[in-house]
Amino acid sequence: MTPARKLRGFFMAATKTRTQDLAHSVGNVVPQAAHFTEPLLLRCGRVLRDYELVYETYGTLNADRSNAVLVCHALNASHHVAGVYADDPDNVGWWDNMIGPGKPLDTSRYFVIGVNNLGGCHGSTGPLSVDPDTGRRWGGEFPVVTVEDWVDAQARLADQLGIAQFAAVMGGSLGAMQALAWAIRYPQRLRHSVVIACAPNLSAQNIAFNEVARQAIITDPDFNGGNYQVQGVAPKRGLRVARMVGHITYLSDDEMASKFGRQLKHGKLNYTFDTEFQIESYLRHQGNKFADYFDANTYLRITKALDYFDPAFEYDGNLTQALKSVAAGVLVISFTTDWRFSPERSREIVRALLDNRARVTYAEIDAPHGHDAFLLDDVRYHRLVAAYFERVHQEIAP
Amino acid sequence: MTGINGEQRPDFAAIAQWIRRDAHVLDLGCGDGTLLKYLQQARGVTGYGVEIDDGNVLACVKNGVHVIQGDLERGLSEFVDNSFDYVVLSQTLQAMRNTERIMREMLRVGRAGIVTFPNFGYWKNRLQILRGHMPVSENLPFEWFNTPNIHLCTVADFERFCTERGINIVERTVLTGGKSVTSWPNLLGELAVYHFGG
Repeated sequence: MTPARKLRGFFMAATKTRTQDLAHSVGNVVPQAAHFTEPLLLRCGRVLRDYELVYETYGTLNADRSNAVLVCHALNASHHVAGVYADDPDNVGWWDNMIGPGKPLDTSRYFVIGVNNLGGCHGSTGPLSVDPDTGRRWGGEFPVVTVEDWVDAQARLADQLGIAQFAAVMGGSLGAMQALAWAIRYPQRLRHSVVIACAPNLSAQNIAFNEVARQAIITDPDFNGGNYQVQGVAPKRGLRVARMVGHITYLSDDEMASKFGRQLKHGKLNYTFDTEFQIESYLRHQGNKFADYFDANTYLRITKALDYFDPAFEYDGNLTQALKSVAAGVLVISFTTDWRFSPERSREIVRALLDNRARVTYAEIDAPHGHDAFLLDDVRYHRLVAAYFERVHQEIAP
Repeated sequence: MTGINGEQRPDFAAIAQWIRRDAHVLDLGCGDGTLLKYLQQARGVTGYGVEIDDGNVLACVKNGVHVIQGDLERGLSEFVDNSFDYVVLSQTLQAMRNTERIMREMLRVGRAGIVTFPNFGYWKNRLQILRGHMPVSENLPFEWFNTPNIHLCTVADFERFCTERGINIVERTVLTGGKSVTSWPNLLGELAVYHFGG
């Protein structure tokens, strides 16, 4: 049994059960694992001597290996991007509305790869894995990883799968940062980069939210410097609060107002510290659910990867210089009500690409859902992605 | 914005005649991207369209045109000075709230500007006014109550506007039924095409 299969039960709780449209689903999928023995030098200076990446694929790689699309995941997701598991039909991939036969990223044309990033808790090498040097679980000793480290590891997976150049690398939010980093670091290894609900770096406000989340975890008495597993505990209270903070920022003010408003949980006020309002109940539910399946050490590292991402940093803040190497066509999409990764931040990326005369297309989708919009069904958004991939298909067609 | 989608418009050939091969072009209010697609094919140009409408942005992607979704009324802050050989504003000037600002922005980001607009002084328009109604025609397809065209002008008006602001008109073509009009352009011309700036 692979670690991914073992962890699937945990992941199940993370995905919303959606009505499965069987004709447009990739159907049953099976996670695979790739082992790497060539050491990987990380940005932090440490080296991963030996590691494993868990991934899934959908569709068929064509004869000239030109139709592969890599889908990068954001904060809490995984390699399970589309389809379901035979023994767990409710566990639907996190971007199943985007990826499948006849969907915007059409698996009858493309060979799509989802991969769990290093430091993750869904099967790839991370804090839950055993450190080959000590024979013990990494726990809090697992290195701090960055977007660039993830991309380097993904490139090695591409090598192993025999993919010299992706038709596209695609992601939303933190996943979009990886798609952008791909275009910067491996300009010849992708034809297109699809960058959705992204930012060229986190704002102070964003880092602040991440720091609140991290402090909630680190100050949980069960955290034990990250080595909680050996003691058979987990900083669930901290992780719960971290997730609650996150959820506030993924929704727009309007969306929260229309979904919850000031609705009461029990129909009347009880003047206690129990849940009075529906929004409190929602946040507690999300927090509890998350704390049950997600690893706190992974959460800490992923929020750090977000904070560190800043391609312009090495160029004195000059994003145009940072994006000079980009050769791919870039589709940038933002959502009007996304205040965590606002359209203005996407426009910074667009501006830098325009300065470089890159092949950039930019769409700003008027959607009410805030940052979460990139995961939801929106006909304008999905049509646009579909049209873009239709063009990519024409480009790679022999 | 107000572009007539699909069919190639009569002003496109007039615009294309002034555009050098392999030039870098910005098309403001590019509609479904037909002009840029035409220029890419006929003149080998590179460049971008700017468009506000979701449907048109989608059509641009389908047409293989690089489009930036945005509102021209907010200016062209995405684009740095002198980054284009030509900035085109076809059949959109008359729908802009701030006419002078967009003209200045065109000359900031581009070395030259090209605008096209329906000539309100065309005799058929004058005739409809004489009959007591706002003109409705192929080039002015809207009724008074649903038109986006808030700043209609004549050939004479536009030239006075440029003269007063020191904007250099390089070339002019006035068209009727797709054919060039040489005499009495303000009366006989249906569509005006101007090349201005550098």
